[in-house]
Amino acid sequence: MSELKVSTMAEMMASGQQPDVLFWVGCAGSFDDRAKKITRAFVKILNNVGINFAVLGTEESCTGDPAKRAGNEFLFQMQAMGNIQVLNAYEVKSIVTTCPHCFNTLKNEYPELGGNYEVKHHSQFLQELINEGKLTIEGGVFKGKKITFHDPCYLGRANDVYEAPRNLIEKLDAELVEMNRCKSNGLCCGAGGAQMFKEAEKGNKEINIERTEEALEIQPNIIATGCPFCMTMMTDGVKLKEKSTEVQVFDLAELIAQAKDL
Amino acid sequence: MLGKSPFGGFRGLITINLYMEISSIIFIVLLIVAGGLFAKNLKTIIRNIKLGKDLDRNDRKNERFSLMARVALGQSKIIVRPFAGFLHIVVYVGFIIINIEVLEIVLDGMLGTHRLFSFLGGFYHFLIAAFEGLALLVLVACVIFLARRNILRIKRFFGKEMTTWPKTDANLILITEILLMSAFLIMNAADAQLQVLGSEHYTNVGSFPISRQLMGAFAGMSESSLILLERGTWWFHIVGIFAFLNYLPYSKHFHILLAFPNVFYSKLTPKGQLDNLAAVKKEVEMMFDPSADPYAAPTEPEGEPQRFGAKDVTDLTWKQLMDAYTCTECGRCTDVCPANITGKALSPRKIMMDTRDRLEEVGKGIDKNGNGFTDNKALLRDYISEEELLACTSCNACVQACPVNNDPLSIIIDLRRFLIMEESKAPAEWTGIFTNIENNGAPWQFAQADRLNWKNEK
Repeated sequence: MSELKVSTMAEMMASGQQPDVLFWVGCAGSFDDRAKKITRAFVKILNNVGINFAVLGTEESCTGDPAKRAGNEFLFQMQAMGNIQVLNAYEVKSIVTTCPHCFNTLKNEYPELGGNYEVKHHSQFLQELINEGKLTIEGGVFKGKKITFHDPCYLGRANDVYEAPRNLIEKLDAELVEMNRCKSNGLCCGAGGAQMFKEAEKGNKEINIERTEEALEIQPNIIATGCPFCMTMMTDGVKLKEKSTEVQVFDLAELIAQAKDL
Repeated sequence: MLGKSPFGGFRGLITINLYMEISSIIFIVLLIVAGGLFAKNLKTIIRNIKLGKDLDRNDRKNERFSLMARVALGQSKIIVRPFAGFLHIVVYVGFIIINIEVLEIVLDGMLGTHRLFSFLGGFYHFLIAAFEGLALLVLVACVIFLARRNILRIKRFFGKEMTTWPKTDANLILITEILLMSAFLIMNAADAQLQVLGSEHYTNVGSFPISRQLMGAFAGMSESSLILLERGTWWFHIVGIFAFLNYLPYSKHFHILLAFPNVFYSKLTPKGQLDNLAAVKKEVEMMFDPSADPYAAPTEPEGEPQRFGAKDVTDLTWKQLMDAYTCTECGRCTDVCPANITGKALSPRKIMMDTRDRLEEVGKGIDKNGNGFTDNKALLRDYISEEELLACTSCNACVQACPVNNDPLSIIIDLRRFLIMEESKAPAEWTGIFTNIENNGAPWQFAQADRLNWKNEK
């Protein structure tokens, strides 16, 4: 397996280059062990296609999404202004991210604060690469597998992106099966609104268990998602239901990387 | 002497003329009273909504009109649940079309005429047949709705916020509609029977296809009893409508009016986009401005100092307050709320109902004590608890589900903002992530210098 080819914006600038797109990795993609695999899978695809991209590396900072959703608007705007200064200094025009929370914040909440970029979720980015003929997928490994897609709230309802992830799954030659609550009616994994970072309030069930049970009902081989936090919640749910041997949870980027044997 | 009227007619005719004159006067008085009372209540509600903070929602007019046409007029979000949605459309279409009949009734009432629009001839026959068909459908739909609430006891019509009054309100609306439609059909049946008897004034104006089926029940009745029945149901129908009109401002049923402006003024930006608080923006910009003088005396802010976030209804925007008045307590929001589904205290419907209840309380206080009114109560805690607010995942399912485009999430976020920024009341774990974000640029305690470590890991 070859090394990942990843340049930082600083390195690019030093050598007088400008990337076509900035890959915004996000905190989960940088630090969470499971999410780091998603990051690596996505970079493998970018390398394979030969995309001229860069990351901010140590200059990246939290977008401020969890602070904003928790109610700490002050901290959010501090983060946003700081990030916008860095992004604008590098003259970033186009951003792709594997995290729907970063995607939503960068795309919708930064412009008013002075950060105007074309922002894509990696499912949209990969879909475009396929449409342009730059990325081809042979679905051999997934032939006959049942895959269901769990819609991340910040990709689906928040930004009306429902089709790009499903088109990618269909390219895998797999059978796409839908849960009862899907697309605009999809059920949250339980992590949004800064819930990821605290114990759930008192109730009679964990939200990720409710969602996992719904997914398991349709007996998929794979639960696919496009969000590092949904990944944590669904993986934990499958573990708690003791189904880890039968059902795997993967990000879209990982599925494509596997299909391409990267 | 008694046999002749001053106008040369017969005694019966005098009675009818007299009835018509007196009834016209009574009717016009009732109409003015009902209209005046309604206008007064409407004014109070508009005043209450205007207690909210400014918000500009007058942009993108064309999009707003088409959204209103789809969602309010076209009922596009109601039909997402096909069975209840279909029944709702029946009642809605029935309500709108039967209003043409109400217009005729009002004009008849004022002018002392009978079936003023019957000059339309064949078209009038068709109209009456259509009204009757719709009246029957509305009646059946309302009976099914009542059964869903009281016999089938569908889950979303219950819940802790569905206390006695909201349940009674719902039943009262349905029963009133059933009574109004029944009166309308009985009135037509009596009219049809009078037409058969060849009674004066009751000329043949249509086939009355539905009410004709009821005629048999009145076959043995005398002409005068039939007239009494016809007039009685006519009055019951129209007085019922006047009363219902004045019940609306106290009821969840007010949505029949507010749904249209409420959808028109919907948020048009992506659901995931929260507003950036302007008051915070000013301060943050100052901090990032290298030319700002840190020792300069703060410039006097214009007007009253603004709270960060919302503690009470007057901290919310007028649109959030309009949302509360538009809520018809259908519970579709709560039904899809992940927190509510898993037994947490949060119910988006309760957020809307609490906002309306508190706003009504503030409004009444202002009516009594003038604008400076305070009662040391607030929406936060006296109505909505911290536990409810902290249970929200901000997933937007409630916003997506609302048939009138209410945004309960925006209220939850504004209340959270007050908790965090004004009271520094955050669960310990959140205080931790705030510190981490501030210090390390990530919600976890990892060093920013390690952000690219994934590159060389396997």
